[in-house]
Amino acid sequence: MTSRNVSCFPEARKVAIFGGTHGNEMSGVMLVNMWKKNGAEIQRNGMVTKPFITNPRAVEKCTRYIDTDLNRAFTPENLSGPWDEGLPYEVQRAKEINQMFGPKGSPDAYDVIFDLHNTTSNMGSTLILESSTDHFNLQMVHYIKKSIAPASCAVLLNEHPHLKYSTSRSVAKHPIGLEVGPQPQGVLRSNIFESMRDILKHALDFIELFNTGVEFPPCAVDVFKVIERVDYPRDANGNITAMVHPHLQDCDWEPLNPGDPMFQTFDGRAVPYQGSSPVYPTFINEAAYYEKQQAFVITRREMLAATAIRKSI
Amino acid sequence: MMGEPVTLPGLARVAVCGGTHGNELSGLYVVREMERRRREEGDKVRTVSLTLVVSNPRAVEVCRRYVETDMNRCFTNAVLSSPVSDTTPYEVRRAQELNTLLGPKCSAQAVDLLCDLHNTTSNMGLCFICNSSTDWTILHIYKYIQSKLTDAPVRLLLIDIPLADSYSLDSMGKHGFSLEVGPQPHGVIRADIFNIMKQGVDLFLEWIDQFHSGVVFESFEVDAYVRKRSMDYPREPETRQITAAVHPQLQDRDFTLLNPGNPVFLTFSGETVRFDGEESLYPFFINECAYYEKGIAFHLAEKKTLRVPSVKVKKS
Repeated sequence: MTSRNVSCFPEARKVAIFGGTHGNEMSGVMLVNMWKKNGAEIQRNGMVTKPFITNPRAVEKCTRYIDTDLNRAFTPENLSGPWDEGLPYEVQRAKEINQMFGPKGSPDAYDVIFDLHNTTSNMGSTLILESSTDHFNLQMVHYIKKSIAPASCAVLLNEHPHLKYSTSRSVAKHPIGLEVGPQPQGVLRSNIFESMRDILKHALDFIELFNTGVEFPPCAVDVFKVIERVDYPRDANGNITAMVHPHLQDCDWEPLNPGDPMFQTFDGRAVPYQGSSPVYPTFINEAAYYEKQQAFVITRREMLAATAIRKSI
Repeated sequence: MMGEPVTLPGLARVAVCGGTHGNELSGLYVVREMERRRREEGDKVRTVSLTLVVSNPRAVEVCRRYVETDMNRCFTNAVLSSPVSDTTPYEVRRAQELNTLLGPKCSAQAVDLLCDLHNTTSNMGLCFICNSSTDWTILHIYKYIQSKLTDAPVRLLLIDIPLADSYSLDSMGKHGFSLEVGPQPHGVIRADIFNIMKQGVDLFLEWIDQFHSGVVFESFEVDAYVRKRSMDYPREPETRQITAAVHPQLQDRDFTLLNPGNPVFLTFSGETVRFDGEESLYPFFINECAYYEKGIAFHLAEKKTLRVPSVKVKKS
C-alpha cells in the first residue's frame, strides 16, 4: 500500500511532431520541414522524435484540406473501415497515419504526438488536451507553463462528448495539440514560429527528464474546459448576418459577462451575450470555423489535479 | 495654389465592387449590406446611379482568392480582348463580362468611377490605391476620406502604371481606385475592419453628392507613397522554399521608414538578414499572404508630395 499516489507510465520512446495537418497553418509546416532536413534540435537521449507532414497534398496547395478535414477524420469508422480508392484523400491518409503511428488504442501506438496548429484567433500559445485524467499530459503542460514563464500559455481541455473530435494526434497514447495565434492562414509570422519552437523544446525536455526516472510531484493545472460552441447569427440561407463584436474580437480567455456585446450586425447593431453567468470565450473568429458553424467556443475555468508521475521500472 | 477651381465632369455612373478576391471578406459584405439596404429601404436619394458588384462569385463561393487565375490581373487590354475557348480560365471570362457591364475599358461608355474593395493581411490601415498623380477627382476623394476617417491611418498609395498597361479591375472606370484595408486574415470578417471600409465607401459617396451640388473643394498638398520595387524572401535555390520569415522588427511596420542595415528577415537558423538598399524607403504589403506565390515579401515606396488644385463640378 503506497502512502502517496504516484502514477507510473512506461518510458516515452516514440515521439512524433505533426505539421501540416491543416496545409495552410504555416508554423507547423515550416518547423517540420526544417526538422526533416536537420532534426538535431528535436532529438533527446533515450527517445526518437519523428517530424512528419500529415497532409502533404494540402500543404502543397496551401489549403486547409483537399476533400475533408484531416483533423476530424480519425473516427473509429474511418480507421476500421475497408480501404477503397474512392475514399476521400484525408480518410485514406488517416488510415495510413494510424498504421504508421498507431494503431490507435494499441500498445504499439506512439507514446506522444504533438500536433502543430495555427489559428486566426488571438489565443496566444495554447496547449490542447483531450482528457482530464491523463496525468502524464497534465504534468507535461505544467512543466511547459513553468518553463516559459513569464511568457504564458493557456490550456484548453476538450473532452465534451459532442464537441470533442477525432484528431490526427489521437492515435498516440498521449496526444497534445499546440495551437498558436493569431496568424492568418498561409502566412508565416516569425514571433509565432519561434513561440511554437520554444514550447516544443520544453516539451521534449520534459519527456527526456521523465525518461531518466525523475518523479514529478503532484501539481494543479488551470484549464479552460470547452462547454459549448456559439455560431454566428444567420439568415434563412445560412449566410451570417453579424460579425464578432469589436469588444469581443481578440479577447480570447477574457471573461464574457451576460449583457456584454457579442456580435455586431452589418448595419451596426450590437447583439449581447445572454448566458446566465460569465464564461471564457476562445477560438474567437477562427477563419476555418465559419463552415463549422462556430464563431467562438465557451469555456469554464477549472483546476485539474495531477498526481505525481514517474516512469515505471 | 491660386486661381480658379478646375472644373471637372460629374460622375453619373459609379460602381462599387467587392469579392474581387473571394476570401477578402470586408468588401463582399459591404456590397451585400448595400444591396440589402437598397432592397429593403429603397434607393437613397443620390446624384449618381450606383452599381454594386460581386466581382468573382465562384471564388467567393469557395472562399479562395481565385479559382483559376488572379482576377485582379486580368484587366489588361490584351486579356480583355482575347478570344474565349474551352480552356479560358474562369476569371478571364468573368473579367470580359465585367468589361461589358462596367466598361468597355477606355471607352466613353465605361462607368465614371469604379471603387474596388480589398483586404490585406498586412498592417496597412486604410490604403487608397490609385494609378495616377494627376487625376484630381480621385485625389480629392482621397483627401476627403483622409480628413474624416479617424479610426485607422489613411494613406495614399500610387502604383504608377499608364492606363494602357493597367491590369486591375479599378482601371475599367474612367476614374478608379481601390480601398485596401488591413490587417485582416483572409477568410475572416473583422467588425472593426468592416466598419472602416464601410465608412470609406460612405465617405466617397458623400463627396460625390457634395461635388455634384456645386461645392468647391479647396486645393491642397498631400503625401503619396509611390511604389518603387519589391523584395522576395530568401529561398532555397532548387525547391524555392522560403528559408526565413519577415523579421519581428519589420513585421507590422508598414509605412515606417526602412533604413539600409535595418533587419528585414530572420532565418530559421537564427540569422538576421539586413536591408541592403542604398536609400531609405517605406515598406508596405509586409507579409501579405497572397504575395508569397508572387515572390514578394514586401514592397518599397518613396514618399512624394502631390499638389492638387481646387475643383468643382462642370455645369452641364
